[in-house]
Amino acid sequence: MQHVLSLLVEDKPGLLTRVAGLFARRGFNIESLAVGKTEVEGLSRITVVVDVEGLPLEQVTKQLNKLVNVLKIVELDPEQSVQREHMLVKVRVDNSTRSQILEAANLFRARVVDVVTDALVIEVTGDTAKINALLKVLEPYGIKEIAQSGLLAIGRGSKSITERLYKN
Amino acid sequence: MTDTSLHEQTSADEPVNEALANAPVLTGSGAILRSLEILGVTDVFGLPGGAIMPFYDELMGDEKIRHILVRHEQGAGHAAEGYAAASGKLGVCIATSGPGATNLVTAIADAYMDSVPLLALTGQVFSTSMGTDAFQEVDISGVTMPITKHSFLVTKPEDIPGVLKAAVHIATTGRPGPVLVDVTKDCQQKSAPFVWPEEVDLPGYHPVTKANQKQVQTAAQMLVDAKRPVLYVGGGVVRSGAHKELAAFANRVGAPVVTTLMARGAFPDSSPLNLGMPGMHGTVPAVLSFQESDLIVAIGSRFDDRVTGKVSEFAPHAKVVHIDIDPAEIGKIRFADVPIVGDAKDVLTDFLPAFEQAASERAADYSAWWKRLDDLREQYPLGYDEPEDGLLSPQWIIQKIGEMSGPEAVYAAGVGQHQMWAAQFINYERPHAWLNSGGAGTMGYSVPAAMGAKVAEPERLVWAIDGDGCFQMTNQELATCAINNIPIKVAIINNSSLGMVRQWQTLFYDGRHSHTDLNTGHDTVMVPDFMKLADAYGCLGIRVRTKEEVEPAIRLAMETNDRPVVIDFVVSRDSMVWPMVPQGVGNSSVQYARDHAPSWDEE
Repeated sequence: MQHVLSLLVEDKPGLLTRVAGLFARRGFNIESLAVGKTEVEGLSRITVVVDVEGLPLEQVTKQLNKLVNVLKIVELDPEQSVQREHMLVKVRVDNSTRSQILEAANLFRARVVDVVTDALVIEVTGDTAKINALLKVLEPYGIKEIAQSGLLAIGRGSKSITERLYKN
Repeated sequence: MTDTSLHEQTSADEPVNEALANAPVLTGSGAILRSLEILGVTDVFGLPGGAIMPFYDELMGDEKIRHILVRHEQGAGHAAEGYAAASGKLGVCIATSGPGATNLVTAIADAYMDSVPLLALTGQVFSTSMGTDAFQEVDISGVTMPITKHSFLVTKPEDIPGVLKAAVHIATTGRPGPVLVDVTKDCQQKSAPFVWPEEVDLPGYHPVTKANQKQVQTAAQMLVDAKRPVLYVGGGVVRSGAHKELAAFANRVGAPVVTTLMARGAFPDSSPLNLGMPGMHGTVPAVLSFQESDLIVAIGSRFDDRVTGKVSEFAPHAKVVHIDIDPAEIGKIRFADVPIVGDAKDVLTDFLPAFEQAASERAADYSAWWKRLDDLREQYPLGYDEPEDGLLSPQWIIQKIGEMSGPEAVYAAGVGQHQMWAAQFINYERPHAWLNSGGAGTMGYSVPAAMGAKVAEPERLVWAIDGDGCFQMTNQELATCAINNIPIKVAIINNSSLGMVRQWQTLFYDGRHSHTDLNTGHDTVMVPDFMKLADAYGCLGIRVRTKEEVEPAIRLAMETNDRPVVIDFVVSRDSMVWPMVPQGVGNSSVQYARDHAPSWDEE
């Protein structure tokens, strides 16, 4: 089963190696990974998607918590969070297919960000299901290249993951 | 990458500025030395090289810190471990960059497995050369990431006090463990004002020591209700210094205690409550107590595979109360019905009144359980057969050493058969008397660990109980011992082979002894000649071949304190470690001796 973990971490050298290395040596596969800054200077956020059962997941979280630079770990439930991926996809086009592809892109609220005579680059944001659906539609035309981000996720509501962290 | 975190920003107001203005300006090297002094470090083990030379220059002539120059960095690492394990204090080892640092890796991994508080300080190439494959450059903070609690790379002298304070805090609190601090050569050379931080800046590090009281009460009630409880005591009790609390608790509860390989001495062997060591080479009563138990109270133990045997068959009827300071250990191997995160000392302090309270309504009754266990003890005491080849029995020798040296001595074992016999046949009455490489199983641990222990506890008699294989891995530290007046006693249990591997080959590989002959013992060329080797290292060498020679040799060793002693006990190679739970089967398949399984009622 897939779980989305959000890690609040100190932005220190080697941090990503520590996190990724821990997954590798404890035998857990990372399905997707996204790293970026947060609203607090010096803190980064890592969103990891892992495919594990309940008990091993507990072990992953406990081991991650032991990393000195990891401040907080939250599992984000799909119902209680917004989850998005970002993808750039290069599709083969010719005069007969271009309009169909543009129409498909529109239906998915995707944007065309680069055009040449025989290809288009389409940019799309959405949850994993939407991204996969668009890919399925584009596939018959010929996908030349894909660049995809890891999943980003944030909890719904007004609470923040950085809250209460520096209270004392 | 900035090092300014929120804490530093908020606290960086006037007092700090004032402190900064009045602070002495030190080189990075000076800052390391000053920090170690403030942290109370009095002994360090190391070996200099290019990238750590500025620090060694500073160290020369320092009066507060004794530096012991080892002959190999691995020796420094194990010596620091032995120092820590014998005294409960932090162990410190120092090496240069590259190979110096990688030579520490085995000892660091060992300390990680056995939760030894260890600070490894390494020099690194100039920060401007890093990443260029410079001479003696190795990314040691990267290499040690999986085997340290944390590792630091320091490139600015002003960061040194904060990093060292944090490093020692991490190494010595919570579940102890090794921390590596790698300092670039330019950082050691440059200067900065030396400001000792009042607080450690570790927002992501908060070990829990005080347990949830409700959980403790639940556990206490379960213990009162249990019919066949076992207190499964691990090395955490030793590291926590909880032996007194454990004794008070166990004596009041009256439940059987088993002490793991890491916990020998955490509870006195002389106590009738102590069933001995559980696990692959545990006593039959200890091993079977798990299998028949209805409640296991694990205290600072981690359900290691050498203890559980096949996990699915381990303690099939038992509920588990698991007390550990490391939450990740709880439920890792075996589901815990009652998880209790906390320091063993604090938890046991709370556990006793909780048990009194629960027992005040209805007393616990383990009498039927004790009858069963006493029967097992009577039927299956620890023992051994005299070797058929007429050579000395290794078990008997080790037992003699223990009897003659007593419980106040320190015994540091290598890894293998002699280690198991030393765990079985020496009686331990106090924690910190038994040192060994339990988790990592590092051959070569014994001599340098004994050296470290002797430095920490100079008044104690310190034995290295070693094998002929292990001894050849780290005996160069005898030079360190001889030169620095560290008179340890080494007992080589010389069976001329890699004995434990040989035992497995005898039992599980049709007696095909592939590459386990070392040719050091009886009826061989005896290379190396341990007597000549002892002599070359300035040690007293004694060779023992007969029973009559054993006691006088041990006595002479105990009386000789002007140099280290090496006794070469030439023993039978056919002696095996029993009892044994073969790998991959359940504890119920314990063999008392070869082809001799105890009878017991499997429900």
